[in-house]
Amino acid sequence: MLKLGVVKQSVKMSAKNIKSNKMRSFLTMLGVIIGVAAVIALITTVSGVSDYMLDYFADMGAGSLTVSTTGTSLKSGLTENDLAEIRALENVESISPSVAVYTNVVRNELVSSDAKVTGKNQFYFIHNDLITRGRPLLESDMSGDVQVTVIDDAAAKKFFPGEDPLGKTVKIGGILYTVVGICDKDSNIMSALLGGSGDGTFYIPYKNALAMNGKNSVGNLEVYVKDTDHTDDLIDELEHLLDNTFNNASGAYSIFNMDSLLEMMNTMSDIMTKLLAGIASIALLVGGIGIMNMMLVSVTERTKEIGLRKALGATPAVIQLQFLLESVFLSVMGGLFGILFGEAISYAATKLIEIEFRFNLSAVFLGFFFSLLVGVVFGWAPARRASKLNPIDALRSE
Amino acid sequence: MARAKTQAPDLALSDEIILSMKEISKDYPVADGSFRALNKVNLTVRRGEFLAILGPSGSGKSTLMNIIGCLDTPTEGSYYLSGLHIADQDEKTLAKIRNREVGFVFQSFHLLQRQTALENVKLPLTYANLSEREQTERAKRELARVGLSDKEESYPNQLSGGQQQRVAIARAIVNNPTILLADEPTGALDQKTGLQVMEIFRELNRDGRTIIMITHDPHIATFAGRVVRILDGELSEGGVADA
Repeated sequence: MLKLGVVKQSVKMSAKNIKSNKMRSFLTMLGVIIGVAAVIALITTVSGVSDYMLDYFADMGAGSLTVSTTGTSLKSGLTENDLAEIRALENVESISPSVAVYTNVVRNELVSSDAKVTGKNQFYFIHNDLITRGRPLLESDMSGDVQVTVIDDAAAKKFFPGEDPLGKTVKIGGILYTVVGICDKDSNIMSALLGGSGDGTFYIPYKNALAMNGKNSVGNLEVYVKDTDHTDDLIDELEHLLDNTFNNASGAYSIFNMDSLLEMMNTMSDIMTKLLAGIASIALLVGGIGIMNMMLVSVTERTKEIGLRKALGATPAVIQLQFLLESVFLSVMGGLFGILFGEAISYAATKLIEIEFRFNLSAVFLGFFFSLLVGVVFGWAPARRASKLNPIDALRSE
Repeated sequence: MARAKTQAPDLALSDEIILSMKEISKDYPVADGSFRALNKVNLTVRRGEFLAILGPSGSGKSTLMNIIGCLDTPTEGSYYLSGLHIADQDEKTLAKIRNREVGFVFQSFHLLQRQTALENVKLPLTYANLSEREQTERAKRELARVGLSDKEESYPNQLSGGQQQRVAIARAIVNNPTILLADEPTGALDQKTGLQVMEIFRELNRDGRTIIMITHDPHIATFAGRVVRILDGELSEGGVADA
């Protein structure tokens, strides 16, 4: 049984030996420093980037399903009845139709012949927190004969340069609309994909938009999910309902689930992180070999010292502990520097690519744990060799 | 260890006899068979004795010293040190016996260069699991005994050869061992310093310490109370060195 005093003494000895060989110890540590720093930097940066991407995509419609219909020759889209049925499904929080219109927008001499006008309902604005000034579209706007619009920044800039658009009017498809709100650019992936002229987007009550298109059914729909744990069940129910609606015609509709995309991205970034960390840990392995090399040299150099210690009563276990502690000391110190260094690198990297720096505690623990492991694994053989030295031969060596 | 004691009924160990060797032989394997370094050596040492083992190099005196110091075990024969049977003990037990029973003084001092004199003297105590305070106290006391109180914080390379050997002597006695085992303690010193070191040995012996000294120098051997000669692995009792 090793007593605490022996351990304490060994720690002191190790520190002293490392200190008296500063340059060599530092160079040996460098391998571990680089290895740990690489692992930390990669994990922190990659997970930072993927967090950023996930956040970005989550903004684009997490917790929502997008239903797109192409319809059949008999039925071109979803009627008010269909919408009511979908809304009545148990796990549906609310829905918002999405009616895209490309039409001319005119204000005084400012004209856009192909502006993007999107019909939405009030739930769109409840689900997406977009309004920066003014008010969103409300339920009371949805009757079909209220002419109000919410415009995004780009539209405000284009049609109301240097003015406050709120309360002012603009002609959309020949009809006069009053601007009631200003919103951020819509980041919904489907809206983003639909594009536009770059002259901004005008949100109007969806029935108004349907009228502009001369239609009475909705092509695209966002379904906001109540309980995202059961999104898959809801998709089944939706499919069942839509199959009925379109008489089982194939390809009449598609359902896009943002959450499953997010999940996939999550998995991919996980794999990516592990892969990169694996590659980086090769550096750690090289660092470990460096430690082993130095410890072997150290054992050879200090053969006489080992012999003397044994003559004075050090048991093989004590000798082994002393050398093992020394290598652990080296590698853990390298690990701590590596953690600092790695965090600094990832901080700089995240600032450079302009994403949020997030301190990754598990990466720190991982770095610490691995450096400890390297110290034990690669210190074991040299320490064992030291403990096995014959004191007579060791004392005689020069 | 109690078991080891009971295994020695025929040796009649008294309190007086602290070291007893009977028919000790040591063989080393060589290319064609084995080489006998020690041949049926009998040796008894009483408490308080100052014994010199005198012999030229190659006589087997180093082998004898290694066995006395429990650094090596004999091929044949029985060896009792302080009532403990020293054959077939494992490394760990031998290390503990060395720590408690034997104080080594080497020809080339064997001080750790990166440690101060005080730390060097403390070394055996750290393996004896004493409190830090007691270690320091005892180490300081022994350094004072060899007249080096003012050199506690000096490193070996700041000390003269004689001073280094005195530090080594302090280290050898700090854990109060049964025997002080010195291997050519003056071999690396000039004559004057060598004599000073021998004076310290003589003083320690006067205070009751048992000393076994191995030397090739008949003059140095005269400091001992008893001299045994070793030649070709055989020990012959008696006689005073012809200085």
